[in-house]
Amino acid sequence: MSSDIRFTDFKSDKQPTWCPGCGDFGTMNGMMKALAETGNDPDNTFVVAGIGCSGKIGTYMHSYALHGVHGRALPVGTGVKMARPDIEVMVAGGDGDGYSIGAGHFVHAVRRNVDMTYVVMDNRIYGLTKGQASPTSREDFETSTSPDGPKQPPVNPHALALASGATFIAQSFSSDALRHQEIIQEAIEHDGFGFVNVYSPCVTFNDVDTYDYFRDSLVDLKESDHDPTDREAAKDVILDNEKEHQGVIYKDESSVPYHEQHGVDEDMSVLPDGAPEGATDLVREFY
Amino acid sequence: MAADFNWAVGGEAGDGIDSTGKIFAQALSRAGRHVFTSKDFASRIRGGYTAYKVRTSVDKVQSVVDRLDVLIALTPRTIEENLDELHEGSVIIYDGERTTMQDVEIPEGMIGLDVPLKSLAEEAGGAIMRNVVALGAACEVAAFPIENLDSALEKRFKDKGQKLVDNNKEAARAGQSYVADEYDHEFDYSLETTDEDYVLLNGDEAIGMGAIAAGCRFYAGYPITPATDVMTYLTGRIDRYGGHVVQAEDELSAINMALGAARGGARAMTATSGPGIDLMTETFGLIATSETPLVICNVMRSGPSTGMPTKQEQGDLNQMLYGGHGEVPRFVLAPTTIDECFWKTVEAFNLAEKYQLPVYLTADLSMAVTEQTFSPDAFDMDEVAVERGNVVDETTIDDHMSDSGGFQPHELTDDGISPRAFPGTADGAHMSTGLEHDEQGRRTEDTEMRVAQVDKRNRKVETAREREDWSPREFGDADADALVITWGSNEGALAEAVDILDDDGQDVRVLSVPYIFPRPDLSEDVEAAETTVVVECNEQGQFADLVEHDVLERVDRVNKYNGVRFKADELAAEIKSTLAEGVEA
Repeated sequence: MSSDIRFTDFKSDKQPTWCPGCGDFGTMNGMMKALAETGNDPDNTFVVAGIGCSGKIGTYMHSYALHGVHGRALPVGTGVKMARPDIEVMVAGGDGDGYSIGAGHFVHAVRRNVDMTYVVMDNRIYGLTKGQASPTSREDFETSTSPDGPKQPPVNPHALALASGATFIAQSFSSDALRHQEIIQEAIEHDGFGFVNVYSPCVTFNDVDTYDYFRDSLVDLKESDHDPTDREAAKDVILDNEKEHQGVIYKDESSVPYHEQHGVDEDMSVLPDGAPEGATDLVREFY
Repeated sequence: MAADFNWAVGGEAGDGIDSTGKIFAQALSRAGRHVFTSKDFASRIRGGYTAYKVRTSVDKVQSVVDRLDVLIALTPRTIEENLDELHEGSVIIYDGERTTMQDVEIPEGMIGLDVPLKSLAEEAGGAIMRNVVALGAACEVAAFPIENLDSALEKRFKDKGQKLVDNNKEAARAGQSYVADEYDHEFDYSLETTDEDYVLLNGDEAIGMGAIAAGCRFYAGYPITPATDVMTYLTGRIDRYGGHVVQAEDELSAINMALGAARGGARAMTATSGPGIDLMTETFGLIATSETPLVICNVMRSGPSTGMPTKQEQGDLNQMLYGGHGEVPRFVLAPTTIDECFWKTVEAFNLAEKYQLPVYLTADLSMAVTEQTFSPDAFDMDEVAVERGNVVDETTIDDHMSDSGGFQPHELTDDGISPRAFPGTADGAHMSTGLEHDEQGRRTEDTEMRVAQVDKRNRKVETAREREDWSPREFGDADADALVITWGSNEGALAEAVDILDDDGQDVRVLSVPYIFPRPDLSEDVEAAETTVVVECNEQGQFADLVEHDVLERVDRVNKYNGVRFKADELAAEIKSTLAEGVEA
């Protein structure tokens, strides 16, 4: 069945309301292509999204999906995967959703190493609320709520992930379609929490972190001698503030996902029509 | 009713009070006696005053009373804290060799038994068993066969080896012999045993067991008193039935994990207390609007804010009924007894799935940490029915597709109930969202569809009102002029208060209401009564307000909000004086 699946099957009949030229178009296309390419179909895929421009992605894709509250997409994805280890879970969100209001969940989802893919559409700005500083905005980036810049260093999501015990850390760029898709695919195939930060430019409110900026500055790790299985090397890439990278930064090939560590392998949606077999043992314990 | 016996052990947190009390309660239960326990405890790991109290009788006991017959006091404060409950002839067991207890004064008229608990324990194998020595002493005072204590000690320590079990038995006998040898006194008690089989459990455990019985497979929670026991109960047990517990990073995460699992098709639950409900309220509207079945257990404690975290209160009723922005349909169930905690949990899961909405299941601190004996038949697993509501599969989904071929999880139906497709169901892919949506779950701001979806969600509540039984439990004198209404865990104290009032010549009819929303219409009951009194553990009378709202008549109120649950004798006196004063117009 999955061999017949085309990436357009993951498209809903809703037309995106993103601004023309928004990086999120490319981000979403890559996600759909990667899902199709890895043998998934809309009926066995669950997409969770949060709030913001990025949060709309579930509406524009066709799959089982939940469009949640701001910042809590990762816990929802965790719950879906626990209940349904047989379902492909992909969580998408923005830099505000993931690194500000949802930062606590990000750290703990990374630690748990739940087998899902987390795509952060990072445009370094709050778009839907019309241009305020985001946690990844540059220190001197002038916005309506930070006229002289936020004057605080941007969050380094990769460093946060590495410090929290991540087993897969990657960076892609929405307009480098092939590489973006390839990286998402690798994240999907990873046994554990596949974290991909995607540079997904906002053409309306961010005139600094533009397509041109990323095109000119991105160094592709694939074209270097970077070994993604080397945690020390990954650390050097992550803490290098002079360069912007794309590619798989770190990958722990011995990763065992949460549900396997905890022996969770059943489809929890299947239930008997009465108490489970052996339930009377529970009563006996209280003698 | 047969004579009851009231016993307590008290000391500082860290003195092993809880396990000592539990062993004694277990021994009584295994001896075929009814037991009702309560705890005084503080929110700290060590120090402070803590006590474990046991009331026992061969008849059913379902309340605490203001009386203490035997007290094991490890600290002077234990005696001070219980002066009101101790009476002439009460026995106080203490260790006069303990530095802090050397100068302790036994109140006049009471019997002090100075037993060298620590020394005797050391002789039996270790000072750590001093509380068990005290239990042995208590057995002698209560004329309770010590073999029953052996049975409880075996249950408690068998995993740690026979040697430890034997040492503890020896320690208990040392305490027993010491009292027999040193005190030539005829005590007034004789705790007879029966052949009845009982199980002993608290409200949190009953909720956890109910969840597993109902097919709950996923639990996410964040530790909080007094709901933590639900999570510790499920941990390791739910796994045996194919389920899993996640300790989340906070309550925001816990409820969203449960939501995710529910969207995956699992029966999912989270449990917390008021402060956690505050956080979870963020996600509450999403659960309701996306029509996701979820059970949210709120084990109430004293608020607001951090309040008195280890004290009793029923103050979250309005929060559960009205919490969250916008207008959100929900059910609120409040089991009134520990065995009902089990059955109402099962019911909560069925209601959640049949009507596809969030269900609050609320208990309170005193019921959560109180243990009570029941016949094992009270938890007959063969009686558990799992009703999943309108779930479609590959073959039935075709009837629920839109003209354009999309599955309609929010289909507009006469009864308001739409079909549900679990992930993996072919052609069932759909969006669930907190945005207003059309039948397929797609965002809409169309005025007609908005009204249609709001009406549909509310129609489910009306359907449930018609289809389900929301009756209260009734007891007392059906023809009495005085009506007493209560909800939640006050039922046990009220049931005993009714007997006390009856002896006193005051007839009352009682309605104990386990359904807060939807709830029974009590208009006729209130109209038929001369006086109506609503009893609840809060200051504002939140349930009394609901009754007044429903029946358009003023009711009288008995409220308690000092952090302590109602006691049967105290409650009887309160009701009597309230009835004597008449209705406040």
